Amino acid sequence: MSAADLVVIGAGPAGLAAAASAAGLGLATQVLDEQPEPGGQIFREIERVAASHPALFSLLGEDYGAGLELLGRFRASGARHLPRATVWQIDDERRVYYRHAAGAASIQARQVLIATGALERPVPVPGWTLPGVMSCGAAQTLLKSAALVPDGRVVLAGSGPLLLLVAVQLLRAGIRPAAVLETPIQRFAALRHLPRFAAAPGYLNKGLAMLRELRASGVPFRRGVRGLAVSGAGRAEAVRYDWRGRRREQDVDLVLLHQGLAPNLNLALSLRCEHLWDESQRCFRPRLDPWGACSVPGVWIAGDGGGIAGARAAECSGALAALAAACSLGRISKHERDARAKPFLRERERHLAARAFLDTLYRPPAEILAPSEPRTVVCRCEEVTAGEIRRLATEQDCPGPNQMKAFTRCGMGPCQGRLCGLTVTELIAESRNISPAEAGYYRIRPPVKPVTVGDLAELDV
Amino acid sequence: MFRRLPETAAQPVTVVIDGRPVRVPFDLTAAAAVLIGDGITRTTPVSGSPRAPYCMMGVCFDCLMEIDGVPNTQACMVPVAEGMRINRQVGARKVRS
Ligand SMILES: Cc1cc2nc3c(=O)[nH]c(=O)nc-3n(C[C@H](O)[C@H](O)[C@H](O)COP(=O)(O)OP(=O)(O)OC[C@H]3O[C@@H](n4cnc5c(N)ncnc54)[C@H](O)[C@@H]3O)c2cc1C
Ligand code: FES
Repeated sequence: MSAADLVVIGAGPAGLAAAASAAGLGLATQVLDEQPEPGGQIFREIERVAASHPALFSLLGEDYGAGLELLGRFRASGARHLPRATVWQIDDERRVYYRHAAGAASIQARQVLIATGALERPVPVPGWTLPGVMSCGAAQTLLKSAALVPDGRVVLAGSGPLLLLVAVQLLRAGIRPAAVLETPIQRFAALRHLPRFAAAPGYLNKGLAMLRELRASGVPFRRGVRGLAVSGAGRAEAVRYDWRGRRREQDVDLVLLHQGLAPNLNLALSLRCEHLWDESQRCFRPRLDPWGACSVPGVWIAGDGGGIAGARAAECSGALAALAAACSLGRISKHERDARAKPFLRERERHLAARAFLDTLYRPPAEILAPSEPRTVVCRCEEVTAGEIRRLATEQDCPGPNQMKAFTRCGMGPCQGRLCGLTVTELIAESRNISPAEAGYYRIRPPVKPVTVGDLAELDV
Repeated sequence: MFRRLPETAAQPVTVVIDGRPVRVPFDLTAAAAVLIGDGITRTTPVSGSPRAPYCMMGVCFDCLMEIDGVPNTQACMVPVAEGMRINRQVGARKVRS
């Protein structure tokens, strides 16, 4: 069995920055990531794109290209990287279990950093399980990692920076969406956070540039869309919505949904570290100190997995966690840790200044957080509907997600609640007139990714 | 549902999707290869309705397929390889976890 001073789970901006810093401080550092290449969601496949399709760089934009510098630092740092390694458990002794090309394995860590990033928030609207409906991030992943673009009539629907980014990336790739449908955003509520947003580096200009590019394209950009629903026999054929007082219908081949991001919590939850409800981001997140320490000793959390803050803040959190881990292993003194931390703390603050505005502006509409149409599927795996969950929450007095699991099997499919957890919490909270914090979240137990009996037999423990 | 950008040619490999040989660029995942066609990866155990990849990042499990004889494989996480057999997964098949 192998061992490392620091095992980093996730090779996105947070994990890469942490690993490069830790290795630079002399820690034996192992990165495990389930993707074939390092980069995480934002810098997906960046080294291969640079080598084989540099033309893609111009359409993906400057934020993507910026990742090469980080990848370079990581490659030069001496940190080891194991691709296609999916972590399913961290045990009480900080042994990390994973599955990779050669089978199941484990590594003993002195310190662990969870940098598993974010996932796209579920967008439970009627028809979202039909083939021909995907997330905006999925279309972007196909573009980055496979140079694939939608073939046919495509509609983007929802809200958030990633919705606009994917729309302009598709435009630059020569794809004209049939429409971009934006669900209501909170302009007035967000206004008071505008000055700080405008002071955060680059955000306002990038946002305005995307809006200009989208408008200039002439693609119908409809704002304030409600009652979104996809329909079709066996696949998406039409999208319906209310706009300016009328029900509209648009024929489609592909619908791309997006409603912002939420932390990917399953690994952290499986450790039973303390989590709290974040009202402004409308999700749960682990309780962390400024270094990224959670309530489990020796375990750090950095990047969007600790709360959505974006790629640049993720890099800073990664570097800070590496300093803290090196300090607790006695590699550097507290004094040195604090001195080296200063620029990262400052830089992170500058990027966090953008959050209040973005979180307020793009708060998902109530009808999507807790779907109002009763037949809407909430748990995609077990096909449990919003109506069923509401009914059980009130008539059967079902108090929380774990009891709901027992009643309906929601959250018990292979995705382990990743695509329904937040919706089930919101539905129970709304039906019972309690706060989401009170309703709580699914209890997540390892393995957080499916493991076979054969995998377990292979482990040399 | 998807097509390759013309300016990004890559070496093709042949994969066999539901018994039909298909030539696709070598740098796709199995799910991406299926999305060049109709995108259907499986039918659900509960209602038997068809599904296609939703997230492409390993979280939704709608891309579960039988790949080279192994059922319940997340097709969006597996790069294609010459001769790979990619089969749609029909209805109930127990995912061990
Ligand atoms: C689909 C998607 C697309 C996005 N696109 C953009 C964009 O274009 N521009 C932008 O500014 N922001 C984008 N974001 C937001 C951006 O991803 C984050 O702000 C930033 O990448 C966060 O960095 P991170 O290091 O915290 O996590 P990530 O970059 O998400 O990296 C997390 C890594 O952890 C790995 N991982 C997760 N669980 C496990 C496990 N159990 N075992 C092993 N590995 C695991 C993942 O494979 C991933 O590589 C996107 C987010 C998503 C979800
Ligand atoms: S498409 Fe979501 S897990 Fe593969």
